[in-house]
Amino acid sequence: MMEQLKRYFRPEQLRELSLVFLIVLIFLFFGSQIQGYFSPRIFNRVTSDVAIIAVVAIGETLVLLTRNYDLSVGSIVGITAFTVGKQLTNYPDMIPIVALLLAIGLGVAMGLLNGLVIAYGRVPSLVATLGTMAIYRSALVAYPGNKIVVTNDLPEWVLELGRMQLFTIGEFNIRPVVAGGLVMFIIFQLVIAYLPYGRRLYAIGSNPEAARIGGLPSSQIVLVAYIICGAMAGLAGFMFMVRYGDLTVTGALGMEMQVIAAAVVGGVSTNGGSGTMIGALLGALMINLLQQSLLRWLVISDFWVNALLGLLILIAVTIDAVIINRLRDIWTQRGLEIKSVEEKKVVKERESHVA
Amino acid sequence: MLHRLERLKSWEGLLLFILILVILFNAFSTPHYLTVQNQINLFQLHIEKIIVALIMTFIIINAEIDLSVGSVMGLAGCVMAFMFERDVPFVVCLLAGLLTGIVTGAINGFMVSYVGLSSLIVTLAGLIGYRGVAHVLLENRSVGNYPEWFDRLGQQPLIGPFPLAMIIFFVLLIIALVILQWSGAGRYVFVIGNNREVARYSGVNVRRVKMALFIVSGFIAAFAGLLLAARLGSMRGDTAQGTELEAITMAVLGGVSIFGGTGSLFGVLLSILIILNLRNGMGLLNVTGETQTGVIGALLILSVLGPNMWQGVRDTWNRRRRVHRLHVGEDQKGG
Repeated sequence: MMEQLKRYFRPEQLRELSLVFLIVLIFLFFGSQIQGYFSPRIFNRVTSDVAIIAVVAIGETLVLLTRNYDLSVGSIVGITAFTVGKQLTNYPDMIPIVALLLAIGLGVAMGLLNGLVIAYGRVPSLVATLGTMAIYRSALVAYPGNKIVVTNDLPEWVLELGRMQLFTIGEFNIRPVVAGGLVMFIIFQLVIAYLPYGRRLYAIGSNPEAARIGGLPSSQIVLVAYIICGAMAGLAGFMFMVRYGDLTVTGALGMEMQVIAAAVVGGVSTNGGSGTMIGALLGALMINLLQQSLLRWLVISDFWVNALLGLLILIAVTIDAVIINRLRDIWTQRGLEIKSVEEKKVVKERESHVA
Repeated sequence: MLHRLERLKSWEGLLLFILILVILFNAFSTPHYLTVQNQINLFQLHIEKIIVALIMTFIIINAEIDLSVGSVMGLAGCVMAFMFERDVPFVVCLLAGLLTGIVTGAINGFMVSYVGLSSLIVTLAGLIGYRGVAHVLLENRSVGNYPEWFDRLGQQPLIGPFPLAMIIFFVLLIIALVILQWSGAGRYVFVIGNNREVARYSGVNVRRVKMALFIVSGFIAAFAGLLLAARLGSMRGDTAQGTELEAITMAVLGGVSIFGGTGSLFGVLLSILIILNLRNGMGLLNVTGETQTGVIGALLILSVLGPNMWQGVRDTWNRRRRVHRLHVGEDQKGG
C-alpha cells in the first residue's frame, strides 16, 4: 500500500498539496472574519492581481530552474506598462494587438540583453540583473514628457478589456487578464514537464557542469529562458496597464522580490533544478490572498502584510530544508532498497540455475 | 596563485585608472568640485552606504550575501524612533536600535549557518520582513525632533571639517583592513569563501565564522541606520530602502567575486571612491539621482563583462597560436 502510494506521489507533490490545504485554510479563516469576503468583487481583485504576479513568476521560474536569477523583471514590467500606456495616450487609434505586441517586444528586447550578458558574457546573473534593474528603471524615469499616464486618456478598449467578463461561473466572472494568465500557466507547465527544452532547463539547473559535458547547448538554453522571462514580464506589463490604468514611473517597483518570494514559497529552488509552475502559481496565489485579506481585516493594520510575508518565506524554506528533504531521502532510500531486493532475487535465481 | 595575484593587481590598476579619469573629468567640468566642502559632501551624502559596503565585502568574500542590510538600517532607526515617541530615555532608544541590528543579524546567521538555508533566500525574507516590521512600528508617520546633540552629530562637523560619520568610516576602514588582510580571522573568511568543505575539514569552525559575520553585519547596518537618522533628522518606515543594492554594487565593482574567495578592501575602497566621485560629478552637472543609478548599474555590468570578453579574446588567440605551433612542429618532424 505504502509502496504503491510512493510510486504515484512525490514529496514535491505532497508539498503542493499542503500549499493548497493552507490556501483553503486562509480562505476559510478570513471568510469567517470578514463580512462579504466571498463576494465576486474580492474574487475579481485577487484573481486579477494573482494573474499579473503569476505571469511574471512563470518567466522567473524558467530562469530559476537554470540556477540563475532575474532581478530586473520589476523594472521590465514597469517600463512596458508605462511605455505602452504612453503610446496609447499619444496614438489612441493603435490597434489592440499592436499594443500587445509592442509590450511583448519590449520585454523580449530587455530579456535578450539580460540573456546575452549572462549566457555569453559570463557575467553572474545576480550582478548582471542587479545592473539592468537599475538601468531599465532609470531609462523609465528619464522618459521624456510628463511622468504620468491617466486612465481617462487611455482609449476605450483598454478600460473595456479591464472590466470585460469573458465568461462567468455562477456569480464569479473570469476576466480576460485572468484567462490570459491561466493560458500561459498551462502552456508553460506543459513545456517544462514534457518538451525537451523544459527538461533541459532542469538538467542545467541541477548540474551545470554535467549538462555542459553532456553536450547541452547551455548558453543557448539560458539565453532563451531569459528571453521568455522578458516576454512574460512584457505581457505582465500589458496586463498591469489594463488592470490599473493610472501609471507612474515607479509602477511595479520591487515586484521582482514579490515574484521570487512567490516562486520560493511555491517550492522553486534558488539552487536550480527543482520546482514546478503549479508551485509558483500556488505561491503567488497564497501571497496575494494573504495581502488582499489583511488589507480588509480590521483586527490588525495592513502594515503587517510584509512582516508576515517575510516570516512566511522563512517558514517555507525551512520546511523545505528540514521536512521535504528528509522525505526525499526516504523516497530514494526505499527506491534503492526495492532495487537491491530485486537484484538479490535475480542473483538467487541465477545461483539456483547454476546449481 | 601568482597568476591570480597578477590579475588582481591589474584589476585594481584599472580601477585606479578609472578613478583618475573621473576625478580629472570632474575637476575640469565644474569649478566647485575641488573645494574642501564639496569633497566632504561627496562622502557625507552616501556615508551610510559606504559603511555598509565595508561589511558587505566580508560577507561576499565569505561566499554569502546579505540583502537585508537596507531593511535592518530602516528597522533600527524605526525602533529607535518608536521608543523615542513613547518618551523612553534617548540613550536607551539608541541602544535598542543597535540591539535590533544584533538580533536581526543573529536570526540571519542562525538560518544560514545552523539551519543551512541559502543566504540569498534568508536575507530576501529579511529584506521584506524587517522592512515590514519597520512599517508596522511607524505606520506612515515621520518621527523627528530628536535631542539637539544627536542632530548636530549627524549634520555638523566634529573635528576640523570632518563630521562624525566620516571619521567612523575611516576608523572602520582601518579596522576592516587589518582584520581582513592581516589577521587569522580574515584568512578564515577567505578560506571559507574559497571552499567551504576544505575549510571545515581543516578544522575551521565554519558555522561560527558565518554566524559572527552576519551578527556584525546586522550591527553595522543598525549603526549606519542610526547615523542616517541623525543626518536626516527624522525617520520614516521606508528610510534607507535600496541600500543593499548599492553596497553590493560597491563590493562587486571593487573586484570581490560574487562566488566568494577573492577580493580586497583596497579594490572596494577604490570602487567606493569611483562611485562617490561619479555621483558627485553628475550631481554637479544636474544629472538626476535615478540616471546616476542607471549609469552605476551599467558600470557594474561592464566591469565584469569587459574583463570576461578580453579573457575570451585572449583564450581564442592563445588556442590559435597553440594550434599553429602544433602544425609547425609536425611540419618540422615531417621535414
